[in-house]
Order: sequence, then C-alpha cells, then structure tokens
Amino acid sequence: METSFVSLLLTAGFAFLVINAMLVSASILVYAERRVSGFIQNRPGPNRVGPLGLLQPFADVFKFVLKEDIRPAASNLFIHSMAPVIMVVIAMSTAALIPFADGIVVADLNVGVLMLLALTSISVYGITLAGWSSNSKYSLLGGLRSAAQMVSYELSMGLAVISVVLVAGSLNFMDIVNDQASGGALLGWNVVRNPIGCLIFITTAFAETNRAPFDLPEAEQELVGGYHTEYSGMKFGMFFLAEYVNWFVASFFIVTLFFGGFLIPFQPQILSLVPALEGSTLLAILQFASLMLKVSFFVFVFIWVRWTFPRFKYNQLMTIGWKYLLPISLVNALVVAVGVYAFDLIGL
Amino acid sequence: MFAEFVPLFIMIVLALGLAFTLLKAAEILGPSRPNKIKRTPYESGMDPVGSARERYSVKFYLVAMIFIVFDVEVVFMYPWAVSFQDFIDGGAFLGVMTVVTIFSVILMVGLLYDIKKGGLDFEK
Repeated sequence: METSFVSLLLTAGFAFLVINAMLVSASILVYAERRVSGFIQNRPGPNRVGPLGLLQPFADVFKFVLKEDIRPAASNLFIHSMAPVIMVVIAMSTAALIPFADGIVVADLNVGVLMLLALTSISVYGITLAGWSSNSKYSLLGGLRSAAQMVSYELSMGLAVISVVLVAGSLNFMDIVNDQASGGALLGWNVVRNPIGCLIFITTAFAETNRAPFDLPEAEQELVGGYHTEYSGMKFGMFFLAEYVNWFVASFFIVTLFFGGFLIPFQPQILSLVPALEGSTLLAILQFASLMLKVSFFVFVFIWVRWTFPRFKYNQLMTIGWKYLLPISLVNALVVAVGVYAFDLIGL
Repeated sequence: MFAEFVPLFIMIVLALGLAFTLLKAAEILGPSRPNKIKRTPYESGMDPVGSARERYSVKFYLVAMIFIVFDVEVVFMYPWAVSFQDFIDGGAFLGVMTVVTIFSVILMVGLLYDIKKGGLDFEK
C-alpha cells in the first residue's frame, strides 16, 4: 500500500513534468515557427522582444491572459467555454502515451495505439462544438469542414497504423519502438520496412492536426479564423496551445511509429561494442536526445511544408482522402502482411 | 486490470486542472467590458444577416455515415494485425489471408459503390 502510494505520487509528478514540458515546447514552437517562416520568406521574423526575439512567446502568453474574453451574445455559453477545454485536455493527454526513452513513459498501455486513435478522434468534438456553439457562419463552416476532414483522414491513419502493428505484432508503443531495433542498423526502422505506410501516416498527421496544406478549417482567406473566429483572449489562446501541442505530439508519433522512436541510430551495434551502456542512465539520456533530434526535424518539416504547398480545395481534400489514401492504405496493409510472412519464411 | 490506465487518468485530471486554471486566470486578470456591438457575431464588419443555425449540405451527413461504416470495419482489422504473427506460427497464413482479402474486397466494393453514386462528390 505504501509503495503503491509512492509510485502513484511519482507518476503524478512525472505527468506534471510532461505537461509543463509540453507548455514550454508549445511556446518554443510558436517562436520557432515564426522565425523559420521568416527565414523561408526572406524576412527577419519576430526579433524585437528580448535578444533575437526570444521573449516573444512570453509576450504572446501575457497578451492572451490579459485580454478581454468576448462572449458572443447568440452563442451557447457553456459549450462555447468547454470546447477549448476539450481541445487542451485531449492534446495534453495524448502526450502521456509518448515513449521518451526505454521504459520511460507516463502511461505504458498495452493498447497504446488504440488509445491514441481514440483520444485524437475526441478532438473532432472540440472543433465541431466550437464551430457550432459560436453561432457565426464562419465558425460553423470551419467546424463542419474540420469534422468531415478529420473523420475522413482518420480511416487512412488507422490503416497505416495497422500496417505498423502487423510488423511489430503489438499495440504497445514501447514494443513497437523496440521492434525497430531488430533489423540491425537503420534497416529496422519502419520507414524502410513500410515506406508507403510512413508516407500515408505523415500525410494524415498533417490532416489530423489541421496544418497546412490541410488547414481548410481555418483558411484565413475564406473563413476569417474558421472555427475560432468568435474566440478571443485566453480561450483563443487555448485553441492555439492545443494546436501547437497536437503538432508536437504528431511529430513524436511519426518518429515513434516509423523512425525508430527513441532508438539511437545503430543502437544494437553500439550496445555490442559498449556492453556497459545497457540499461544505464546515460543510454536513456542519449535515447532521449536522439528522439528530440528526430522530432525537431519533423517539427521543421511541418513548417517547411506549410510554406511549400498551397492549400487544397475542399473537393480535392475529399478526393485525396477517400479515393486515393483509403484504398492505397488498405492494399498497403495487405502487402505488408504478405511481406511479414515472406520475411518470416526466409528467417529475417 | 485497470492499473495501467491510472497514469493516463492522472494526466487527464492534471490537464483538466490546467485548462480550468487558464480559464480562471483569464477571467480574473482580463478586463470585462462587454457591449452590444462587441457581442454580435463577426461578419466582416457588416451587420449579421440571419442566423447561423441553418440547414447545411446533406453531404456532410453522408460523409459521417460512411465514416462510421468504414471505421467499424477498420476496427475489425486490429485483432487480425495483432495476432498475425501467431497465425503464421500456427501455419494458418493462407487461411487468414483469404479471409482478410475477402473482407477488404467487400469493403472496397462498398467504397466503389459510394464513389459511383457520387456520395463523395463535393464539386456540385
């Protein structure tokens, strides 16, 4: 009883740490996105607040908190207030499933993959309710679009994840990552074993996080602010926070499922050279560092794509989702299954 | 059995705490000076016309319905994916592949029917 209480307290402490890390990362991401956007568009980006503009995110946060929260008279006030809460809670709780290093994760579920898909599908409610409850035409259109979009791409995402599960034979993220160490060098990474699944997953991750080129729910040129047109002050800040945390968490799961997660490149070889490293704290730190490097790369890719591809039209979005991605991902799952059998036969 | 879900619940509770703290902080720190103009829905500076609670395109309902059908079918594939290695070890590869292929073909025929019927055509 005593030990379980201590372990509960430790878990709560770790969860608290992860939530705070996510908050700090979100503010760093805001700064990073604006600076990289500036770099890509050949302009300086924010560089006035503090050295190199580093204090810009803090200025943003204080603005959000200190501004008036305008409540539209015609809105359903309770739902209007709860929608950003749903978004933040869902974004934060998906972070509980990220394996940071071998054995280091907040919630090590044996159905982790299913839990991830379940949680991300709840965030559709946040956006749709935000759009509907505002009682504004722009918001309603944004909410509707986003519901249809997230729902359509969830299927392909589920099938891409199935192809990963086929290879790993487990729904636990820790098992999925450790399974990718098996192929020796970098060949065990799922991006090598299952490249089409990887592409599909990255595409659907962009769509699920409502990032460009799939940012139709908040297309500025046509819908003003999309589903958060009627939000101001901290409630808008919470949507903003949830969006950046979702983006960060999506990068984590792209890396976890397809790019070896926390595995250091050539980890089995390094471990056989230096056996003392096995199970040490240094290894965990190195794994965490390698995870963060890979995640940073994908965070950059998200910004890069935003300024490279134009936004899709709505009918194109639906065509890509239903007529291309869904059949391709289904066939890919079957092909991967045959591949798993073939590699099993020749004993790899 | 539910022990491994406890950390996730802790995370959700902490996240809820964070969300409500943010809401409360904004309520305490931010000003509140509502007026009638400020509280009207935004329509590019014009007076709002009509209500937003209108009927909307039936296409969205169609997408939702098709999604439910396909999502349930995708969920059926998870048990197959997880225990696929056991099927191979048990020598049942061909049998299980036949079943899953028939299942996928049925799924695809449904999708094809829907596409031919124009259920996913957003151009009109």
